[in-house]
Amino acid sequence: MGTDKKSEPINRVDGRAKVTGKAKYFAEFEVPGVTFCVMVTSPITRGTITTINTKTAERAPGVLAVFTHLNMPAILGWAEQGNNSKLPSGGERYRMLGSNKILFNGQPIALVIADTLERAQHAASLVTATYNKAEHHTDLLKNKEKAAMPPRMGDYTRGTDANAHNTAPVVLKADYTVPIEVHNPMELAGILAFWEGDDKLTVYAKTQGVKSTQRTLAGAFKLDEKNVQVYSEFVGGGFGMGLRTWPQEVTVAAAARALKKPVKLVLTRDQMFTLVGHRPYTIQHISMGATRDGQLMGIYHEATGETASYDDFTEGTVGMTRFMYACPNVTTKYRIVPLDRGVPIWMRGPGEATGAFALESAIDEMAYKVNMDPLQFRLKNFAETDPEKNKPFSSNNLKEAYQLGSKKIGWAKRNPVPASMKEGDWLVGYGMSTGVFGAHRGESTCRAQLNADGTLLLQSATSDIGPGTSTAMVQIAHEVTGLPIEKIHFELGSTAFPPSGSQGGSSTVSSVGSAVFDVCTALKGMLTEAGLTFDNGTVKPAAGKSDSLQEVLSKQNKTFFEITKSSKGGAEQEKYSLYSFSIHFAEVRVHPATGVVRVKRVVTVADSGRIVSPKTAASQMIGGVTGGIGMALTEEGIIDHRFGRFVNNNLADYHVPVSADVPHIETIFIDKPDPVTNPMGSKGMGEIALIGFSAAVANAVYHATGKRIRELPITPDKILSA
Amino acid sequence: MNQFSYVRVTSKESAISAMAKDKTAMFLAGGTNLVDLMKSGVTSPERLVDINNVPLATIEETKTGLRIGALAKNTAVAENALVIKHFPLLSQALKAGASPQLRNMATVGGNMMQRTRCHYFYDNALPCNKRNPGSGCGAIGGFTRMHAIFGASDKCIAVHPSDMCVALTALDAVITVAGPKGERKIPFGDFHRLPGDTPEQDNNLQRGELIIAVDIPFNQLSAHTHYLKVRDRASYAFALVSVGAAMQIKGGNIADVRLAMGGVAHKPWRLKEAEAWLKGKSATEENFRKAASMAMTNAKSQGGNAFKLTLAPNTIVEALKTAAAQA
Repeated sequence: MGTDKKSEPINRVDGRAKVTGKAKYFAEFEVPGVTFCVMVTSPITRGTITTINTKTAERAPGVLAVFTHLNMPAILGWAEQGNNSKLPSGGERYRMLGSNKILFNGQPIALVIADTLERAQHAASLVTATYNKAEHHTDLLKNKEKAAMPPRMGDYTRGTDANAHNTAPVVLKADYTVPIEVHNPMELAGILAFWEGDDKLTVYAKTQGVKSTQRTLAGAFKLDEKNVQVYSEFVGGGFGMGLRTWPQEVTVAAAARALKKPVKLVLTRDQMFTLVGHRPYTIQHISMGATRDGQLMGIYHEATGETASYDDFTEGTVGMTRFMYACPNVTTKYRIVPLDRGVPIWMRGPGEATGAFALESAIDEMAYKVNMDPLQFRLKNFAETDPEKNKPFSSNNLKEAYQLGSKKIGWAKRNPVPASMKEGDWLVGYGMSTGVFGAHRGESTCRAQLNADGTLLLQSATSDIGPGTSTAMVQIAHEVTGLPIEKIHFELGSTAFPPSGSQGGSSTVSSVGSAVFDVCTALKGMLTEAGLTFDNGTVKPAAGKSDSLQEVLSKQNKTFFEITKSSKGGAEQEKYSLYSFSIHFAEVRVHPATGVVRVKRVVTVADSGRIVSPKTAASQMIGGVTGGIGMALTEEGIIDHRFGRFVNNNLADYHVPVSADVPHIETIFIDKPDPVTNPMGSKGMGEIALIGFSAAVANAVYHATGKRIRELPITPDKILSA
Repeated sequence: MNQFSYVRVTSKESAISAMAKDKTAMFLAGGTNLVDLMKSGVTSPERLVDINNVPLATIEETKTGLRIGALAKNTAVAENALVIKHFPLLSQALKAGASPQLRNMATVGGNMMQRTRCHYFYDNALPCNKRNPGSGCGAIGGFTRMHAIFGASDKCIAVHPSDMCVALTALDAVITVAGPKGERKIPFGDFHRLPGDTPEQDNNLQRGELIIAVDIPFNQLSAHTHYLKVRDRASYAFALVSVGAAMQIKGGNIADVRLAMGGVAHKPWRLKEAEAWLKGKSATEENFRKAASMAMTNAKSQGGNAFKLTLAPNTIVEALKTAAAQA
């Protein structure tokens, strides 16, 4: 590992379990006496509940309890956490069923719990409430004056001429819009919670981090963490919505304690739009100055995103602009506007995907303004070292990626003049963009257990929301120990295992993989001490020794060897700037009469260090690009601001790409080890698969039509009216 | 969902009599729309009369055309050799609708009866004259991107979502319905209604009547047909605008033509004036464009759907061009 040796492409170790239905997701666990919870939600957007009538619901067949703000048991940890005066709105924290206040449309006002799901659903329809409505604000464009600097992110500026973006010989000024996008994983969110007594809580949950959920629940109920067990082995997609333990999940656990029964909540699809976050609606202004021969002189990038009145959601929207190009003068600003809406949460490629749409569109626009090939323009302004941190990149193979990708798509063969290429009635366009995301590594712990039969069990409290965590970990263990894939088993998704971070920020392989690497290396040392060695896929007596693994264990009165190792990045990482990079090339067809855009071909190149698991890595890239097609062409959560309600909160009207929207996606990996990030030499790739892709499509649409669409998604109406 | 009783019938007579007994009863066929409406509380029948076992799924040739039973599944019709031979437009339109899974369940009669996909109709927290007469139209002044440009009223601007019905309108189909007083026939174009002051009524089917079959008369239009559906993704999305076009072309001239649009009105929108004008003209893009602009007389935007004023005529032209180009 950490060498140029290529990994073998292997199948997902849990693929069979997933396609045969053997893999169990949180809602599928059967707990004796389980009861079913359905939430009643507010049809108003801001105000107070004046009356709430639960009598009819309580008398409906099978109903065990109806909880509202009037009878909800107190959640001690919440009460103690109090309010946070730093909120930009000056508002107060949201405590579900904690008061009669309505802070957003779709906020739960009652939990109805019954012996069957259908009875709970019916009873929920019988709960009625009256409200005192207050004026609400859900439209960012009409509330821009409330924009405030988030407590957790300041402005950035470098260079001696802060005005260069205005005064350079060639100036571009453009505004870009990214709408609300909703994660919409196939599996709905929720929780199944039950208690032993008042102080031992067990939950099956949809979460991207069992330890994080454990901490949240322990904090809410003021319990020792060891008294909260969280299980989440299989997760049917997360894309970021499972990075928080949401208030309704805590509230359901509280209801389960009060009822002394297991309670299960599965959100409805429309609740997935309001109660588990979304990519925030964000407007961006970019002002960019360059010399006539295409040298960047200055960039000003200001992003304004939404947050909830009760939170200060902040993401790295303008981060890429600070270091991506060798530009002497750069200013970035990020502002948040508190709205009467549910809080946003990171969505795949988080803020960087939003920022990259603006920056990589603007780079394309500027390239055309200075009459340069957008690829050459990027190379001319290539940052050899990180101009923000003034550090070398630990690895940066972007130039090779540009070359490989452009060759594969046939970039040089295109006619660079906009609206010049045709195929029948369709206009043909090529576009490109760059993506980047921090190559993060967190602390992680892994336990290894080598059994007498020579099988190796590895355990860590990490997650798999789809990328194939277990497959990558088994592959790392295989490469360290030489044991065959089928003799290694990796277990995750339980707080009973040693701690790891949440699955987010493209950090799992780097973090947990390092722990697997380290524990397997330590296990080798342990075997050496015991007179054993890994040899050609089995455990054998070391040179000059005769006792087998079984004999050694038996003499030591053990049934297995075990060792646990914790791992994190060292101080040497501080000397470098650590990033993963991607290049996207898209070829599109645009039908000028109907405005229809089709992505015809995609080449995407990842510079994400050494590839640990080539097959699942390719799937990861394909999935990210598919999400990118959605971001570019189809996905938009629409709110009728008069009511503050979504008007497309289902999968028929909120359009994720279908198979027919997704062409063949060619994935290319640079596959060179990064010398700094971790022992495998890998860098993350979940985010870079999506970051920048929407700009590649928008740039291709410009090349095809000469029309610059700066507001996503690029739907037929926008092409027709541009 | 409310509690309801369920009865399964095996003949059209028992279906009609079961319906006559209970004013809150509804027929259940494929259920691809009704079950959704029940789940969201938009429709709350107290009795479901399941007609899936009534023998009404035959597709057969008659002396004058094809007769398609009301319970024939959308997939069965779309894949039927007689349909493909005589009325390829119908097959194309069906395949442009929904997804294979839905088409496997949905029936011809049920497709005609499907309700609008206007979001305000589905959300009980929002006003809708169609769901709750007198509550107002939530869509007017709101999210109108998907809404009508023809025949809307100040009570309702919803559109009919079916693709199949666009083809059947163009093909001069005739519906046979049966009720307590016997059978009657309804020309397809007279089946669905414009919203006017009573948007709660989607069509002219009387309470207690059951759709039995639809007859499509033979025509000379099968050589040049095209169903063009413009939508926000490549499949499984409702039409922004769709156009069904069928022509008979003799020596470069249009001997006969049928044109209908979807996604533009409360009912499938037949373009009779444009058809009449095209008859006898040469099949050129210039003539298609003139016909399309004629078809747009009286079109009116609601704001968010202004793009349809451009998209609709363009789609008419593209559909006619593609149909004409077929060998």
